[in-house]
Amino acid sequence: MNTAPTFRGGIHLPDHKRETHHPIETCTLPDQLVLPLSQHAGTPAQPCVAVGDRVAKGQCVATAEGEVSAPVHASTSGSVVAIEPRPHPSGRALPAFVIEPDGEERWATDLTPLEPRQWSPENLKQHIRDAGIVGMGGGTFPTHVKLTLMEQHSCDTLIINGCECEPWLSGDDRLMVEQGDKVLDGADILRQALGVQRTLIGIEANKPEAIALLRHASRKFDAMEVICVPSTYPQGAEKQLIDVLLGRQVPSGGHPANIGVVVDNVATAAAVSDAVRYGRPLVERVVTVAGPALATPKNLWVRLGTPLRTLVDQCGGSREEIGKIIVGGPMMGQSQLNLDTPVVKGTTGLLLFGSQDVSLREAGPCIRCGRCIAVCPLHLLPATITAYAERGRFDGALTYGALECMECGCCTYVCPAARPLVQMLRYAKAEIITRQKECLT
Amino acid sequence: MMTAILSLGAVALVAALILGWASRKFAVVIDKRETEIVAILPGANCGACGFAGCASYAAAIVAGQAKLNRCCLGGNDMIVRIAAVMHMDAHPPLPQKALVLCRGDNRATVMKYRYLGLRDCNAAQLLADGPKQCPDGCLGLGSCAAACPFGAIEITVGDLAVVHHERCVGCGRCAAACPRQVIALVPVSAMVHVLCRSHAKGAQVRRYCDTGCLGCGLCKKAVPEAYVVERFLARVDYDHADQAAQAVAVCPNHCIIDLAVHQLEKTEAQATL
Repeated sequence: MNTAPTFRGGIHLPDHKRETHHPIETCTLPDQLVLPLSQHAGTPAQPCVAVGDRVAKGQCVATAEGEVSAPVHASTSGSVVAIEPRPHPSGRALPAFVIEPDGEERWATDLTPLEPRQWSPENLKQHIRDAGIVGMGGGTFPTHVKLTLMEQHSCDTLIINGCECEPWLSGDDRLMVEQGDKVLDGADILRQALGVQRTLIGIEANKPEAIALLRHASRKFDAMEVICVPSTYPQGAEKQLIDVLLGRQVPSGGHPANIGVVVDNVATAAAVSDAVRYGRPLVERVVTVAGPALATPKNLWVRLGTPLRTLVDQCGGSREEIGKIIVGGPMMGQSQLNLDTPVVKGTTGLLLFGSQDVSLREAGPCIRCGRCIAVCPLHLLPATITAYAERGRFDGALTYGALECMECGCCTYVCPAARPLVQMLRYAKAEIITRQKECLT
Repeated sequence: MMTAILSLGAVALVAALILGWASRKFAVVIDKRETEIVAILPGANCGACGFAGCASYAAAIVAGQAKLNRCCLGGNDMIVRIAAVMHMDAHPPLPQKALVLCRGDNRATVMKYRYLGLRDCNAAQLLADGPKQCPDGCLGLGSCAAACPFGAIEITVGDLAVVHHERCVGCGRCAAACPRQVIALVPVSAMVHVLCRSHAKGAQVRRYCDTGCLGCGLCKKAVPEAYVVERFLARVDYDHADQAAQAVAVCPNHCIIDLAVHQLEKTEAQATL
């Protein structure tokens, strides 16, 4: 299969995709759903129903607060039993709705699709915003904000990201195979909302079935092209995908809009199609449940707010003692304290590892081998930046471009001294941003 | 021979004249008081006063931009001497020392997860609010020890920060470096302290710490004027702390300590290092 040339840096990982390439099943309804108010990048949503209220599936329970925010919708019908701090995938206890399902799965009656004749960019943006759609590849940046950003920049291309470069994860792949038409329809709607002509769909070479199906289905649309990109981690990162597909570089400190591109995930596109064609807000998503410690890996359609334990139970539980729980991919995902945290809009996967899979090696000193520099897809010097961060010299870290880091984890993966490079980079970024905010106030 | 002496002498004379003229022409006028204050200041250049070093602090005092009591190192005598140079009234503050308000080392507390990352409390705090179950306890990764210019803070084998008061000058840099505000500046004269700063309810504290304050109020019952219990946390009212030591024995979780007695226990901790 012809593939586009790759980007500089990155690594080749054992992808484990075969283990999880199973048809998507529906996840069972748990006894309680926990819907955090903060499931997106930006300001948490504001509750608009009270404890004790009965809610219908798809009913808005919290409204977007400010521009960079997204509403939250009930993912099943039932009653709100509490609004209180609950475990969140971020590791903190954050305010969340606790909904007890009534088992009826009764949809709200006021969900209306948007008629094709009303498809002006303005209406589409508002509709996508009201449906609570955020970037479902894990970034959870509100989709309507991306569409609004484009107004200030002249834009020519929409890129749909079907790379899914993290090992194990295959939810996007299955979505493209099983609901390819919906993905393409959503892509076309997003294209119209942006007012651009060209749509490119980038899919990694390790998904031949999805590429063939979407290539065939995309003939119905004008100026839509499916491009096979090399299977290199992190191919699914926005900047790397743009580089490979268009040969354009996102400027330092800028975003893709600066070079006339907007990138959306395939799952986001499918959610947009659902929202516009059927009026259904974002209430469920595909989650890949996998990992060496899991009995039977599966892809599941999961209602948002379902506790991770329900997913594990449906996959036959764990076959050994669990040593590590990761939400998301193994490279960029977040470790969880236990299985009580819920699935949120950005949960792409759930991975279970056994105790012997977890490396407890103590970090050693940097031996200046430069491997982290060779693999950094953003051309940074992780060894230098982290040396500054370790010594609390955040000015130096900033000079060497710490804020450019996207935390893809390549440097930590290759470090022969087992240094926690990504943690140090995250720490440096957080400190720099706090200090910059302090300077502004 | 003579020529050499004369010519070199002439060169030396010209050079001396140029140097002499230059030293007058380009002389940097330093306020005499500034030099005097620099001589009085301890010269540690620790930066705890908020200036780059002793010389910049002295310059700031002379310029009227800094108070006289910013240096915590020299003690009250030093402030009186600087005040004499400046012809001002001295208002020496009460001397203070830093104190880690936590006794929950890794034998006494429960951890949320095993932390193997960067040895820095601020970095660990970013990961799910730190590895300790207690949201307020000392993380013991040594950010305070690294920030202390006087080497007064040590991390025990149990991963707990301990301030050695004989070296502490009360500059407060450790308190500023701590992400959990576990370190407080307390009056040097005070001996009895409540070593906990968790406002969690007693039942919750019991779940993760053997030595946290439950907010039970027994100390206040024992010595009403010396203790204040607010939001499930007791603290010593340092203005009326004369009898505070009487409550040490009644604390069910042993989080009240008397430094006069506790000294013994601390050396024991040091011995295990």
